[in-house]
Amino acid sequence: MGMSDSSGVQNSLVEQAKELLLQLESGHPVDAMQTIANLHQNRDRFLYEEVGKLTRSLHTAIQNFAIDAELDSGAANEMSRMGDASDRLNYVIEKTESAANKTMDLVEDTIPLSADLGDKARSLKADWQKLLRKEMKPEEFRALTKEMDLFLDFASGETSKIDTNLSNILLAQDYQDLTGQVIKRVITLVQEVEGNLVDLVRMAGAIDNLAGFKHDIQAPEAKGERDVVAEGPIINPEKREDVVSGQDEVDDLLSSLGF
Amino acid sequence: MKILIVDDFSTMRRIIKNLLRDLGFTNTQEADDGSSALPLLKSSDFDFLVTDWNMPGMTGIELLKAVRSDAKLKSLPVLMVTAEAKREQIIEAAQAGVNGYVVKPFTAQALKEKIEKIFDRVDA
Repeated sequence: MGMSDSSGVQNSLVEQAKELLLQLESGHPVDAMQTIANLHQNRDRFLYEEVGKLTRSLHTAIQNFAIDAELDSGAANEMSRMGDASDRLNYVIEKTESAANKTMDLVEDTIPLSADLGDKARSLKADWQKLLRKEMKPEEFRALTKEMDLFLDFASGETSKIDTNLSNILLAQDYQDLTGQVIKRVITLVQEVEGNLVDLVRMAGAIDNLAGFKHDIQAPEAKGERDVVAEGPIINPEKREDVVSGQDEVDDLLSSLGF
Repeated sequence: MKILIVDDFSTMRRIIKNLLRDLGFTNTQEADDGSSALPLLKSSDFDFLVTDWNMPGMTGIELLKAVRSDAKLKSLPVLMVTAEAKREQIIEAAQAGVNGYVVKPFTAQALKEKIEKIFDRVDA
């Protein structure tokens, strides 16, 4: 809503009101009716224009959001397929899920490698102790040197597999960058829409004032019995009295209930 | 020991499954919400139920209540593993007869402790 527009409307209203008064005082009721009709028309046009402006700006905000992604470089190819916020958030779910699975695949692959390495080292250690205590027979020693040779090859092979898995785990964390960008865009859209909604409410108030509407707004009725509703992760437990901030508080609460 | 893991996110099911395996529990099955879990529980002989709270379809608290009101399942040990952290929710779960409550994000140690505590009590 531009200030110039509304003051323009105000000026023309003042002029028409003066004209109306003049027509009534000078005994021209038919002309006065026409002026009143004009006033009505003016009001309607003003309202339509305001609603139209708001609709356009909402539309533009949503359209800009989609176009931004098309023009963006880098991750744009993957992101440009998505036109709206829920697709984007689904993309975040997919990316994080696939990264979590990739990481768990690699961890599951690595655990037996490192366990195997540990088992073999412990078994060699026992023989090695025997050698240090000089309790080893020559044929046992020959077997040990052979085993040791095999173990060293095995260890270098296994550790390089473990290294590869670890660096792939590291790479799997690249979702943070991509999902962070997407979420930031969704936040921007939400903020734009929120701003536009605030404008809408402000305008609705202005329209009510202009049209002289009065509303009986009743506070929503308080629910008799409050249902316990699932809320998902609490993002600000330090600011809330009604939530626990960790397992210790859960345990305290449960033990206070006699658990 | 046969365990059913119920969570709508496959990654969380996988994490819990891995942690249970580390604790020596290798016989696990999965379901993605209460309404798919309940028939599994009824038709098979599970010894332990690990469930999330907030799931589409049938939630974990509804599943817990259904388990407790079922003649065959009513004494099945139930551990809730959930991001739900409101005091009234924990109280509701306790009143509905949950055997343990772990809030996400959790540690392997916390999960282990709660499970051991539940089995100690069941065995006693």
